[in-house]
Amino acid sequence: MFYFRYLKIWVGGAILALLVVCGVAAPLIAPRDPQAQTLEDRLRPPRWSDNGMSAYLLGTDNLGRDMLSRIVYGSRISLMVGAATVIFAGLVGCTLGAIAGYFGSTADEIVSKISEIFLAFPFLLIAIAIMAFLGQGVGNLIMALMLSRWVQYCRVVRGEVLSLKERDFVTAAKALGARDAYVIFHHVVPNTLASVTVIATFGMAIVIITEASLSFLGLGVPVHIPTWGSMLAEGRSYINRAPWLTIFPGLAIFITVFGINLLGDGLRDIFDPKLRRQR
Amino acid sequence: MNKLIRRLLGAIPVLLAISFLIFLLMHIAPGDPVTLMLGDNATPEDVARLRSELGFDKPILVQYWDFLSRAVRGDFGRSLKFGEPVIKLVGERLPATLELAFASLFVAITIAVPLGVYSAIRHNSLVDHAGMSIALIGVSLPNFWLGIMLIYFLGGQLNLLPVAGRIEYGIEIKSITGLYLLDSLLTGNFAALASVAKHLLMPAFTLGAALAAIVTRISRSSVLEVMRQDYVTTARAKGLSEKTVIWRHIVRNALITIVTILGLQLGALLSGSVVTETVFSFPGIGDLLIQSISARDYKLTQVLILMFAVTYFVVNLLVDFLYSWIDPRIKF
Repeated sequence: MFYFRYLKIWVGGAILALLVVCGVAAPLIAPRDPQAQTLEDRLRPPRWSDNGMSAYLLGTDNLGRDMLSRIVYGSRISLMVGAATVIFAGLVGCTLGAIAGYFGSTADEIVSKISEIFLAFPFLLIAIAIMAFLGQGVGNLIMALMLSRWVQYCRVVRGEVLSLKERDFVTAAKALGARDAYVIFHHVVPNTLASVTVIATFGMAIVIITEASLSFLGLGVPVHIPTWGSMLAEGRSYINRAPWLTIFPGLAIFITVFGINLLGDGLRDIFDPKLRRQR
Repeated sequence: MNKLIRRLLGAIPVLLAISFLIFLLMHIAPGDPVTLMLGDNATPEDVARLRSELGFDKPILVQYWDFLSRAVRGDFGRSLKFGEPVIKLVGERLPATLELAFASLFVAITIAVPLGVYSAIRHNSLVDHAGMSIALIGVSLPNFWLGIMLIYFLGGQLNLLPVAGRIEYGIEIKSITGLYLLDSLLTGNFAALASVAKHLLMPAFTLGAALAAIVTRISRSSVLEVMRQDYVTTARAKGLSEKTVIWRHIVRNALITIVTILGLQLGALLSGSVVTETVFSFPGIGDLLIQSISARDYKLTQVLILMFAVTYFVVNLLVDFLYSWIDPRIKF
């Protein structure tokens, strides 16, 4: 069981690392320009199929664009939107959660009321609502996803800080004359990092699926940027004639999200002693 | 009952804040919504007329007040795209979404609860590992991709199930509740019942799969948690049969967590229905929302988002009350 637990982290981490490499080194890995159209080679099946061409490993789309290159470039958006959302939502949520939990009273009431409003929306709906009115765009997308996700961090950090602030080491730090900001950032927040890491990992998986869903609905990034979600939306019309247009981008999303969830599972098993006892 | 009323009254400020935020979103959007609705070719007179028709020439708080006072009377205005009252459009499509949500919930519960409970009872067995692996795959599958793959394999390749709509063209159904499954049962129209069930199967599975995966994991961990409690040891020590211990002591207590999660996930089902309905061209309010967004019918979009939010809010409130019924120890 012990080795299996670390196996999850290794496999999940390797998949995430692959995504990072694909995203960062896309121009080096992708065999072609993802936007280059070769109309005479449109709707070519993958290389191993009867009509496949060796130049196109995963085939081509309805405009003759190389599917492999588009999938490699598509990882950039998933990675960038996923990482940026997790970082911004984490920063906002953890800060507000720590302030609410540590200071209590009015600060807690204000943050709790705001959280309650955001919790009253399903997060995909918040993102759809914001994108519907603000329009497509990477910046808008990150903002919409951040606004829909910060509250998860806020709730968990607030809860942890509520119990942490009563602990002896916090009382000792205060007795030694440490200021509130010092206590929060040096003693309280570092102790919430284990839970935050686990939420951030699962959060990234959710954000990647949500980004793909929004792009699929035409509410994500502008159509000229290749993303896995928009590739699926475009390929849908050709489902019976060219199923590879939907199979491969979907597989890319699935494998990425599966890897990140596996990593999150592994991290949670290690960080959560209660769960460790259950195993 | 008093507590219920108190909770409902406490919900009013939150609902007002939600409605105001949604209202505000349209006004902070870049560009003029009226110009966007009419397109670039509209004359200034057209723009001015629509602006005054929609009340956009008034101060924002006045507009919000107008909206609220009309909303409480059930008047949400007319849709620009469909030219019909918004409330009529929602009324026509809401039953489809509700039917899909309930069917997905049914799919999720029938798969997840037995699998989760069995995995926990046979903890660390092959079934447990297989169940958990399936659950991990389930939470990682984007539901729109699952839907498209089902359309391809079950609809296209095997030609087993219809790929779009709610009922076969040409089959008439007498609408009583708008829930076609129920209506066809009530009227004894079995041809319609079969057609509706066939149309519902793939969307319900698509929407329910992720929920099933989450509920399987939660059921397993909450049963494991309860199994370690002292009262379970006591029940066994009293000599109760294993069946009684499992069903009366373990599963009943684990149900509290499971219902909580199901309640919280209903919101995900509602918003997930937007994507699933789009994939299957299922004529519910999720599909209507995406149509309204593409047509820049902002008024309709606004009302639909508000309806989703209010429904989610009310469902969560109801789940709160369901707890106290399942577990009388919980008090408000």
